[in-house]
Amino acid sequence: MEYFLTEEQKTIKDLARKIAEERVLPVRAELDETEDFPRAIMKYLADADMFRVFIPEEYEGLGGGCLELCLVVEELSRVCAAISTCYAVNALGCYTLIEFGTEEQKRKYLPDIAAGRRLTAFALTEPTAGSDAGAIKTTAEKVNGGYMLNGTKQFITNGGEAEIYTVIALTDKTRGARGASAIIVEKDTEGFSFGKTEKKMGIRASATRELIFRNCFVPEENLIGREGAGFLMAMKLFDRSRPGIGAQALGIAQGALETAVDYTRQRIQFGQPLISLPVVQDILGDMATHIEASRALIYAAARTVDSGAKNLTEVSAMSKVFASDVAMKVTTDAVQICGGPGYMRDYPLEKMMRDAKITQIYEGSNQILRNAIAIETRKRKGRT
Amino acid sequence: MNVIVCLKQVPGTTDVKVNPQTNTLIRQGVENVINPFDTYALEEGVRTKERYGEGKVTAMSMGPLQAEAVMREAISLGADEAVLLSDKAFAGADTWATAYTLAQAINKIGQHDIIICGRQTIDGDTGQVGPELAEILEIPFVAYVSQIEEIADGRIRVQRMVEEGHEVIESSLPAVITVVKEINVPRLPSLRGITRSKSAPVAIWSAREIGVDESRVGLAGSFTKVIKVFFPQRVSQSEVFQGEMESQVDCLIDRLKDTGLT
Repeated sequence: MEYFLTEEQKTIKDLARKIAEERVLPVRAELDETEDFPRAIMKYLADADMFRVFIPEEYEGLGGGCLELCLVVEELSRVCAAISTCYAVNALGCYTLIEFGTEEQKRKYLPDIAAGRRLTAFALTEPTAGSDAGAIKTTAEKVNGGYMLNGTKQFITNGGEAEIYTVIALTDKTRGARGASAIIVEKDTEGFSFGKTEKKMGIRASATRELIFRNCFVPEENLIGREGAGFLMAMKLFDRSRPGIGAQALGIAQGALETAVDYTRQRIQFGQPLISLPVVQDILGDMATHIEASRALIYAAARTVDSGAKNLTEVSAMSKVFASDVAMKVTTDAVQICGGPGYMRDYPLEKMMRDAKITQIYEGSNQILRNAIAIETRKRKGRT
Repeated sequence: MNVIVCLKQVPGTTDVKVNPQTNTLIRQGVENVINPFDTYALEEGVRTKERYGEGKVTAMSMGPLQAEAVMREAISLGADEAVLLSDKAFAGADTWATAYTLAQAINKIGQHDIIICGRQTIDGDTGQVGPELAEILEIPFVAYVSQIEEIADGRIRVQRMVEEGHEVIESSLPAVITVVKEINVPRLPSLRGITRSKSAPVAIWSAREIGVDESRVGLAGSFTKVIKVFFPQRVSQSEVFQGEMESQVDCLIDRLKDTGLT
């Protein structure tokens, strides 16, 4: 299908693919096994300017938007979704800064992020606040010259590895979600430590960790935007970032399709390659069709984000929901048609199936996103 | 630290065809790449510059105009400047004529501390251009370098691979070295590097611009000539024995005896 990518976008996609195939592929099984954070690969991505893609040019970035980020994420995920997770979450960690930060804050942090010198993370989820993100309990009490943070954040991607954290905490406990603010906390700040490292089903080489704040003081210049706007900023951020999760799901599905085609072409049963059996063709045909539909929706959603359109909730949720459901189905079917080898850990498909699952869960579970889509659909009375 | 890296454009495949009339490679439809051994030379050149700060890395090649693509690739991989020596007069050059042409261009550039080449190309496979270049420039030469240990006070100390192990050699500069693939892991291009390479100028120098003696370049200046390039003929014959199984077996045994196998 022709997606009318610019020369620059093609260059980004091609280089991301080259890195994935030459640097990630040889170590992906090992990383999945050891669950070691892929520092060396983050360095390769930094050296190739991949962290510059989503940073504005004024701050030493390349000024790309959602689509450019999606292209990188798709290509990295095609080989390993753990790697794309470690990478993409940096965009999540600095979007609020780019959108709502002061000139000083941007000058202080963005060039380092663009160069890949410092990784970032975004911290919203808590033990009692998942889909119900408004139920967060971490507080940022106003004190002389800044804020005192107390509380625990859970399941934070890049936790412990990132150096710059955007933390959503309550500056006004009485106002619930409307009392939440976004605050930058740097690693090594006194009172900020890391708790449990999670053992996950998939994306195992990515770090997922608890953040613990005990009387952690941060200066007031670390507040992003105004007090009380934190929750709203987080919701806007997710509207922009969800096509990226869709792109991750898309990449996983693409990788699974290629692996399945490769295997079924070579595997001889009943005197012919598996791929000549109608039952296998039926499944492969569906896989390919769903993947292409998913790609079309994600690129369109990403372009809508980049167009500066106001209401992004619906289109970005749709792209994430559709692509992640496709990835789950495609990877499950790929394991099925490859039979025994598909199920074995010597082969990449079972990993792809495990990795696909998270895309239906994080950055808004598909259930809560369908809910959001329905609300928007109702607002527009179902009309286009 | 000014480094000159010599590169060659080669077909990016081992499945090349030869034109039986001209005995040259058919390059149409074959993707060209930087000779793999030269990518290690380029990487080492860029690393050397990064390690010692000042100076620049100049990538140089002799070849047809389409070699401009690999010169741009060299820029995307860290070369500061690229020079392509291209002229009809250079066509058909053997390694000596090539080395002479490169040497003339290097003299035109002037200031340089190290010249780095790959150990050999994957198409010609001779490994001669590096040493011949040093000979013509009348400067020291070290082959099969696997590590540059130190460069200081106009001298270079390197490790070179030999069959029994490693030799450590110190030389004055300027010098020519050829490198082996064990020396580094070449970097991938960066997005900014690729962008820069698209607009960066690639200097294209003709025979006149580098002031060569025309009788010493190209086919005219070559001591060796390729008379014929050919693929060995694969001859296979088959014979089918017919009739009763027993007589077939007898026929087979007789035939094997005839060949002297039994």
